[in-house]
Amino acid sequence: VSVAMIVAVAGLVATGTFLVTSRSLSRIVLGFGLLGHAAVVALLASGGRAGSPPIVDGEPAPDMVDPLPQALSLTAIVISFGLTLFLLALSRRQQVLTGDDLVEDDVEDRRIATTREQQQRAYDETQELEALRESSEDPA
Amino acid sequence: VSTVVGLCVALPLFFAAVVLGVRRVALVRDLLTVGTMAALTGLAAALLVEVERNGTVVLEVGGWSPELGIVLVADLFAALILLVASATILVVELFAIGQRHTPAGADPAVVSPILLVLAGGVSLAILTGDLFTLFVAFELILVSSYVLLTHQGRADQVRSGMTYVVINLFASTLFLFGVAIIYTATGTVNMALLAERVPELPAATQVGIGLWFLVVFGTKAAVFPVFSWLPDSYPTAPTTITAVFAGLLTKIGVYVMIRFFTLMELDQLGPLLLVIAGFTMIVGVAGALAQDDVKRILSFHVVSQIGYMIMGLGLFTVAGVAGAVLFLVHQIPVKTVMFLAGGLIEDDQGTSALKKVGGLATSKPVIAVLFALPALSLAGLPPFSGFVAKLALVDAGVASGAYVIVAVSLIGSILTLLSMTKIWLGAFWGEVTPSSVPASSRRSIAIMQTAAGVAVAGTIAVAVVAGPLWEMSERSATELLERTPYIAEVLEP
Repeated sequence: VSVAMIVAVAGLVATGTFLVTSRSLSRIVLGFGLLGHAAVVALLASGGRAGSPPIVDGEPAPDMVDPLPQALSLTAIVISFGLTLFLLALSRRQQVLTGDDLVEDDVEDRRIATTREQQQRAYDETQELEALRESSEDPA
Repeated sequence: VSTVVGLCVALPLFFAAVVLGVRRVALVRDLLTVGTMAALTGLAAALLVEVERNGTVVLEVGGWSPELGIVLVADLFAALILLVASATILVVELFAIGQRHTPAGADPAVVSPILLVLAGGVSLAILTGDLFTLFVAFELILVSSYVLLTHQGRADQVRSGMTYVVINLFASTLFLFGVAIIYTATGTVNMALLAERVPELPAATQVGIGLWFLVVFGTKAAVFPVFSWLPDSYPTAPTTITAVFAGLLTKIGVYVMIRFFTLMELDQLGPLLLVIAGFTMIVGVAGALAQDDVKRILSFHVVSQIGYMIMGLGLFTVAGVAGAVLFLVHQIPVKTVMFLAGGLIEDDQGTSALKKVGGLATSKPVIAVLFALPALSLAGLPPFSGFVAKLALVDAGVASGAYVIVAVSLIGSILTLLSMTKIWLGAFWGEVTPSSVPASSRRSIAIMQTAAGVAVAGTIAVAVVAGPLWEMSERSATELLERTPYIAEVLEP
């Protein structure tokens, strides 16, 4: 595998992953675009050295490249194209609903976590109050 | 016979297109959808009988040899899971017909065709003997699940749908990289050829491939620590959708894990799988205990139960894998029916939050029975299917001397029972609460309860025929671990 391919894949994956970890869905879409490219380049690289096009004209050429990864790449490109459209539609819907396209936290999960904290705080306060009351009653 | 294998994939996909065309004509659409699913279930049953009698059926798609083309392989394991999966989708579709006239109902014009696409994807994922086709099958399943999850476009669905889509899309991209890695190492994506070539690779490469696909399939199966997308997204979808997801999506991930790791002889990952299994069981059930909404509690149980199947796989013995297969057969209907019961509660009360629901055992005894039976089965109490499946796993664990994971799995079972008790106390006992929504029509309720009842009967049937089922699970586990039957059937027909 040529060094150029490795560098290309590494660069695309690094940038793509960085973008995907963002909160904004439009950046995530761009990130997936780059990650998809990286996967396709990796698939192409898996076919071995570069050579002549794999078009059989009567008989196979001697330095023909492996056609299978190219077929796989085409399928992968079509799928990622469809999914990009779906993601864009989703971010549009989110924009209509909330005015931005940010990925939000699990609300229900936050609710359960905060109620626990609030219960704890309420409990602590009553304990403090009782301690205060006891200490104020003592001298009397 | 091999035509039947092809039909299992082609039939639902073809009729998905037809149903999409006639989606506004209610009667034709429903008849076609139910008819297709019934036909698929029939085909799967016929396939299981055939495979049981005469061994694995292989279809070389387009007549290409396995080295060049795509093969579909129906061995005992595949046929068994295919039958359970298609029967489950059929029951859920019947439930959906009852639910559509209620406020929580999903739009049948969208759900019917997409459900058929999902069924086609599930068939393809189960039957394929080609790693890249498996990727395509996963995409079919996932794309339909994205649509099903978000098609109503409510704010909470879009919010949780975003997390769900982003995480699954990331896992799919990793899958593509995995295909590239494995193709570089072996020069093929045919699973039978891979099964010959992967064990000959250097040990480090084998472990690398194994770990990579563990992440990919693990995300689909929602194992610890990559499960957090599941309890967030599942409860927001309409009940019928959640029931299909809970019953099938993660289980297909587990199915593929069992298939891949046994076929590639990656048993050096066994100890790691056991650790993951233990954490998945305990973290899942602990999450369930913290929740106070029926659908969310059940979603965390989906995660927890995955751990048991991974445990069976991680043992890499015939008894262990057979236990995992049996557990898979028991889980698909049980998980589905629990969510259907959750849907019935939601339909009756307008909410599934434990605080707002109570006294259903008095006011709606039918729902109570439909919930209680699978709940006891989920917790693993005799004489239900959960008991048989868990007994098989614990037995296998003890036989392999893996006492730690056996202890963890038993603790997980007790906590599961505790969490089921919590739902029972909250929703079924106590003061009868007035419903916040007008009652659905009698016809809707009757259809929904009948569908759920059929599913409950199915889960009990799993326990009744546990003997023959165990024998089948053991045979498929032997085939899976020996590997040679699969390789020989595909490469030397």
